[in-house]
Amino acid sequence: MYRVAVLGDKESIYGFAALGLDVFFVSQGEDPEPIFKKLTQSDYAVIYITEQLASVLADEIAKFSYKPSPAIIQIPGVWGNTGKGMADVKKSVEKAVGSDIIFND
Amino acid sequence: MATKQVNPTRMELTRLKKKLATATKGHKLLKDKRDELMRQFLDMVKLNKKLREKVEKGISEANKNFVLASASMTSESLSAAMLSPKQEVYLEVGSKNIMSVDVPKYEINYRTPNTNDMFCYGLAFTSCDLDDAVSSLSKILPDMLRLAEVEKSCQLMADEIEKTRRRVNALEHVMIPETKANIKFISMKLDENERATQTRLMKVKDMMLKEAHGY
Repeated sequence: MYRVAVLGDKESIYGFAALGLDVFFVSQGEDPEPIFKKLTQSDYAVIYITEQLASVLADEIAKFSYKPSPAIIQIPGVWGNTGKGMADVKKSVEKAVGSDIIFND
Repeated sequence: MATKQVNPTRMELTRLKKKLATATKGHKLLKDKRDELMRQFLDMVKLNKKLREKVEKGISEANKNFVLASASMTSESLSAAMLSPKQEVYLEVGSKNIMSVDVPKYEINYRTPNTNDMFCYGLAFTSCDLDDAVSSLSKILPDMLRLAEVEKSCQLMADEIEKTRRRVNALEHVMIPETKANIKFISMKLDENERATQTRLMKVKDMMLKEAHGY
């Protein structure tokens, strides 16, 4: 049985706790890397991470993007949508096709 | 093109011809694989985009509700309400094979399947905005998990497409032309050898005739 984790600042993600996802708070200025590493090694199939935090952890996340598990998915935080999640989808299109043919409208 | 030294022998020629046949077959197969992967990837990525738009919209709406809820409640009572979740989500991870790429498939299991029974706090000390917030978030959850599945699949497929494309290009632009050039080199060399032997034999015949009969 796998579980789902949510990583981010408290304001953005505490609601997910009510849904039964495992939430892990990272406060401002705290280094999220050790907790992220711990999550990737545990039984989590999906890790949601706020876009703000994802930009700090970009290198670590990139390591997992071509492994089958866990899936690391960026979600917008309470501070607004930075569009980084969509940019990553765009990046994988560019990687596969060579140029962006989906998002150029 | 023939940068490497090849032995101009008949055996080498047969070997290279076999290699060329394999390379051509492999190239065709890989090309087919790439095209099919690309088709599936494009469908998948369009779905990914749609889901992501939906999820991002849903989450920002839920966040608005949470901000409202936190405005009408103290942060202590909010934390207390969220502390002991009743609902739990388990995932069963299977895998699906799309053109030899193993993509994950999640099956969601809830501990309490009834969505009205998922509130983990008493109603006395919480505002109704919190109920709205939690239920708006729970509505978006299946889509979020579907997004995780689709986005992961897209990443894995993009990687595989890139690999396959490299292989196709390596075969098409390096391996096949090189082998063809080598085959040509060997067959030319063999022909040349044959002609040389022919001429030498004719020459020897002439010399022998001259010696025997004095032509």
